[in-house]
Amino acid sequence: METGLAIVIGLFFAVSVYLMLSKQLVRMLLGIAILGNAVNMSIFLNGRLTREVPPVIPADLYVPAEVTANPLPQALVLTAIVISFSFFAFLLVLAFRAYQEVGTDDVNEMRVAEPENDPLPPQGY
Amino acid sequence: MAGSYPSVDFSLAMNMTPVSAADWLVAAPVAISLVGGSFCLMLRKNTASQAKLGMIFLTLLVLANIGLLIRVLDKGVITMVMGGWLPPFGIAFTADALGATLSLIASIVAFCAGLYGAVTFDSTGRRYGFYPFLVLLMAGVCGAFLTGDVFNLYVWFEVLLISSYGLLILGNERPQLDGAVKYGVLNLVGTNLFLIGTGLLYGVFGTLNMADIAVKVAELDNPASGTIATIAALYFLAFAMKAAAFPVNFWLPASYHTPNIVVSAVFAGLLTKVGVYALIRIFVLILPASREYLADVIALVAMATMITGVLGALAQTEVRRMLGFLVIAGIGSMLSGLAVGSTLAISGAIFYAVHSIVVMTALYMAAGVMQRMGGSFNMRELGGLYAASPAFAGVFLVLAFGVSGLPPFSGFWPKVMLVDAALIDGRGWLATAILVSGFLTTLAVGRVWIFAFWRGGPEGTPDGTAAPAVPASADLGSSAMWVPIGILTALVVFFGLQPEWMLELSARGASGVIEPVGYVRSVFGVGQ
Repeated sequence: METGLAIVIGLFFAVSVYLMLSKQLVRMLLGIAILGNAVNMSIFLNGRLTREVPPVIPADLYVPAEVTANPLPQALVLTAIVISFSFFAFLLVLAFRAYQEVGTDDVNEMRVAEPENDPLPPQGY
Repeated sequence: MAGSYPSVDFSLAMNMTPVSAADWLVAAPVAISLVGGSFCLMLRKNTASQAKLGMIFLTLLVLANIGLLIRVLDKGVITMVMGGWLPPFGIAFTADALGATLSLIASIVAFCAGLYGAVTFDSTGRRYGFYPFLVLLMAGVCGAFLTGDVFNLYVWFEVLLISSYGLLILGNERPQLDGAVKYGVLNLVGTNLFLIGTGLLYGVFGTLNMADIAVKVAELDNPASGTIATIAALYFLAFAMKAAAFPVNFWLPASYHTPNIVVSAVFAGLLTKVGVYALIRIFVLILPASREYLADVIALVAMATMITGVLGALAQTEVRRMLGFLVIAGIGSMLSGLAVGSTLAISGAIFYAVHSIVVMTALYMAAGVMQRMGGSFNMRELGGLYAASPAFAGVFLVLAFGVSGLPPFSGFWPKVMLVDAALIDGRGWLATAILVSGFLTTLAVGRVWIFAFWRGGPEGTPDGTAAPAVPASADLGSSAMWVPIGILTALVVFFGLQPEWMLELSARGASGVIEPVGYVRSVFGVGQ
């Protein structure tokens, strides 16, 4: 089970890196979205997979009697999902505005902030 | 249901003694920033009161940080665990000398930026939220400096990152949107790498509390085994991206010159230093064996960062872009302290971080004044500013000497410490790189001074003559611009002439992370 999920996570990372290496901004954003999911699944897997045993402690004990599902990674992943979702939303709007202003979604041609053939500083006066 | 468990002993899981009133100071900087940011956000349409409201909360923030630092110096490391859970179950906020010092300096810089922003942001900029973003950015920065939990550190990184996105695109101009795309994408990848490392760290140790992990790593037979070293390498890549170290720093020169000048000033002062702080915290406190394992890599990265940063600065005509490369060169100096890792080296890195926060913010603010006086950020179009204001020329010269590491200003002492530590450690090349980068920095800023201040006028003015003086009607900015520059320049001079305080603070900060006995005892209580 864990091996299978690890392979899936590896595939997710491979896809996201491939997409992020693209020159097209939209593909890069898709890569980032997939990267976020890959990271979240890897956190989930790092908490170990235990199925069908809820982390409920019996009334007369202070610690669980048996190995239960780990609730902490789910809390971490929930936090990370909210954060990565909001960032993805922001970046989508930003990419669209940048496309409107700069007129291209090819990152090699986005040279407004750092113009090509910028003159060198003066040598003297 | 509440009555059916009368015999539950809560003291097994929770801290039953109330937190002493003074220890609430640990959470105060974050609480003040979050509350302040919310108030500023609610009243953002009332542009007249925005600056006053923002300044009230930034003043409170400075006061809280002063109180916290005094308390930490008095009592040692103080910890507060959220929700009263016993560590390592609750999220711990742990203030030591390192975190409290950086938090105080950061809040002073934010205070100055708030004053300066009152001039450079018109009512549109305020309506779109300069002050809310600035105050919330401080929540992220102070939270990152004060938290004692690795995942919580990630959350504060994201808080400061989303606030910085907001600040970066205030104004909505073409270069800003272009720069923000690069800044946004690369920084998000960096924090995702940090998150992967955190997930793996949790998978190995089953805890996220920094003190707890530090103890567990120290107990391992091989504290730099393949697994741990891999996590450490991931962390190094992630934080090197945040700190703008050489091969992964291209987002910084692409974006730092695009926003409003006061936003550039805050970013240059604070954001990269949070990355350096995280490197010191993770590599010296939690994974010291991996730091030794990676020391040569860190030293190489440090040298490359210093040299490429300063060469980039020499190639720029635009003053703001030149300053962006100087930020990078400074990061290299701090990393060289991390590469050496002795108490002297880490104190030098901490002192350098404080110096760099102050001096880079002040230089960007000074660039804003130069633009107001000379009408441009371009070295070719500036000139004759000495005639316009000799006092400002002097201030800029002080800052230029400070950033180059020349005595008697603040950059001198940390550079001495770093060079000394590198030589003691037998890393002559590292010491050489620090000195060469300092020398080339002198050239880069000296050239700005010669062109913008010393020569008679813009390019084309014959040598020996002066262009018409800046007309009296030119907008030189109100006192609200000069006060923050004055405060920061005074700090640069003070740290240079009276370095004892900073030497003491940085030495305590360094020994606190190298020998984490006090840190661990503070988190887990005296009994353990």
